[in-house]
Amino acid sequence: MSTIHKSASELGAALAAQEISAVEVAKEHLARIREVDGQVHAFLHIDEAGALSQAEAIDKRRATGEKLPPLAGVPLALKDVMTQAGIPTTCGSKMLEGWRPPYDSTVVTKLKENGVVILGKTNMDEFAMGSSTENSAYGPTHNPWDLTRIPGGSGGGSAAALAAFEAPLAIGTDTGGSIRQPAAVTGTVGVKPTYGAVSRYGLVAFSSSLDQAGPCARTVLDTALLHEAIAGFDPKDSTSINAPVGSMVAAAKKHDVKGLKIGIVKELSGEGYQAGVKQRFDEAIAALVDAGAEIVEVSAPNFEYALAAYYLIAPSECSSNLARFDSMRYGIRIGDDGQKSAEEVMRMTREVGFGKEVKRRIILGTYALSSGYYDAYYGSAQKVRTLIKRDFEAAFTKADVLVSPTCPTTAFKIGEKADDPLAMYLNDIATIPVNMAGIGGMSLPCGLAPEDGLPVGFQIMSPAMKDELMYQVGGTLEAALLSKWGKPLLADAPALGAK
Amino acid sequence: MAAISRDEVAHLARLARIEMTDSELDHLAGEMGVILGAVARVQEVAGADVPPTSHPLDVKNVYRPDVVVPSLTNEQALSGAPAKDEERFKVPQILGEE
Repeated sequence: MSTIHKSASELGAALAAQEISAVEVAKEHLARIREVDGQVHAFLHIDEAGALSQAEAIDKRRATGEKLPPLAGVPLALKDVMTQAGIPTTCGSKMLEGWRPPYDSTVVTKLKENGVVILGKTNMDEFAMGSSTENSAYGPTHNPWDLTRIPGGSGGGSAAALAAFEAPLAIGTDTGGSIRQPAAVTGTVGVKPTYGAVSRYGLVAFSSSLDQAGPCARTVLDTALLHEAIAGFDPKDSTSINAPVGSMVAAAKKHDVKGLKIGIVKELSGEGYQAGVKQRFDEAIAALVDAGAEIVEVSAPNFEYALAAYYLIAPSECSSNLARFDSMRYGIRIGDDGQKSAEEVMRMTREVGFGKEVKRRIILGTYALSSGYYDAYYGSAQKVRTLIKRDFEAAFTKADVLVSPTCPTTAFKIGEKADDPLAMYLNDIATIPVNMAGIGGMSLPCGLAPEDGLPVGFQIMSPAMKDELMYQVGGTLEAALLSKWGKPLLADAPALGAK
Repeated sequence: MAAISRDEVAHLARLARIEMTDSELDHLAGEMGVILGAVARVQEVAGADVPPTSHPLDVKNVYRPDVVVPSLTNEQALSGAPAKDEERFKVPQILGEE
């Protein structure tokens, strides 16, 4: 059997037992990418030579009898928002076309320390702004479940690479749902850790108070393994949490929720949620009850304002963060004819380098931060953020974790919402509150919606610094659903490649 | 609905250093009105007694020890420069020539 259908934990074990080599595993995944990526377009750059030389180095070290970390030799797809020294990093933007960063992000440094083999960089909405990967300057990614549909966003490339069996692991970043929503619509698992748990050094900033990198995979255990590999204090990120990383792997393996209180958030269901999403969500709740969890209903009355607050806070921070793309030190430069001023060149470069959604958000953020409007827009949004934090604090006195559907609907058609920014923003309605409060959030598959046969995501939210809880509940739910279905959800995904 | 004029968008685009065509300005003025109308809801809920939250972590200034550590070489720092002149970034004129 090919290694492409194996989980990262299975591959890690087979590699440790020297049943297979890291080079074989890398080669089979690279072959799979060549076979199917023409249809899926999950990757923007494939680093074949780099991946093979990393794999070779792992095999050599293993041959000497060295004990290696659990993911050594396992391949991974890296979202193109993370720097990797010498490897093109575009963030899905024309602005950075051809740029090769001179340094590794801390996430990449940690992946390398763990012997993880990086296959390439994955497609994304430009600068991580979007929910469909349609905002990439390099063309959309296609959902492996139905190539006419979106894979979610902004990390659609990472999620699609997992669902298409191009890689067993991927890195995502989540500012308002960019890990969890793509996981939901592709039938994969994605985790946004507590804010500050994973270093942001080398993550090209979009909205610094919300951005958080995290693990993506096809199983809860695999995300836990990757979480432990990339998390931890980093002096290069002043918002990095200086505390030991918890035992995510042990929590994912617990398969027990007896005595845990699970809170259903009343406001994250009902109107606007697809019938099949609701049905699969309710079935997952029943499975958790069977596993011994106690279900309570909690209310979070201010969540209805979260989306509005997010679309002021994130654009405000983005308008400031993206000011660095000024055509002076890196990135493209347009119109420098020796006559024009730096400011004219800057304006021309930013006109050409940025796409529609990025410009829309920069202008919106510039407006929200302007004198005269600051208090009414950005100031009010920051107050709403306080109210959302308080809602979570109150809810966590009644429940250990909170749950909801990850998204209101299954994957929509490519192009369907491209001209309606407000409709697009509604995708993130259930994921955004987590970012506003800086807590942990996971999405895992809970079935296919009966009406369209597409994956439905189940979201678990845990208090800040208690990410173990979402792994414990997620691992238990996954095991219960797996025994009910008799096979993983992705076993039902259509075959890709040459017909 | 919060109306926003084309001239206002043009002003914002100047502040943000983005050149925009007339049709882009027109289009964006329409969209901005709709988006601002939707996000203005934040003004309905929070009273004056609610403190703002700018960040999920309650961190104050974080300092590192004042010790010199290795950093990028000049060559590495200049490796992505659109234009360079020996050991420096080369940029278009900043002050007028006249």
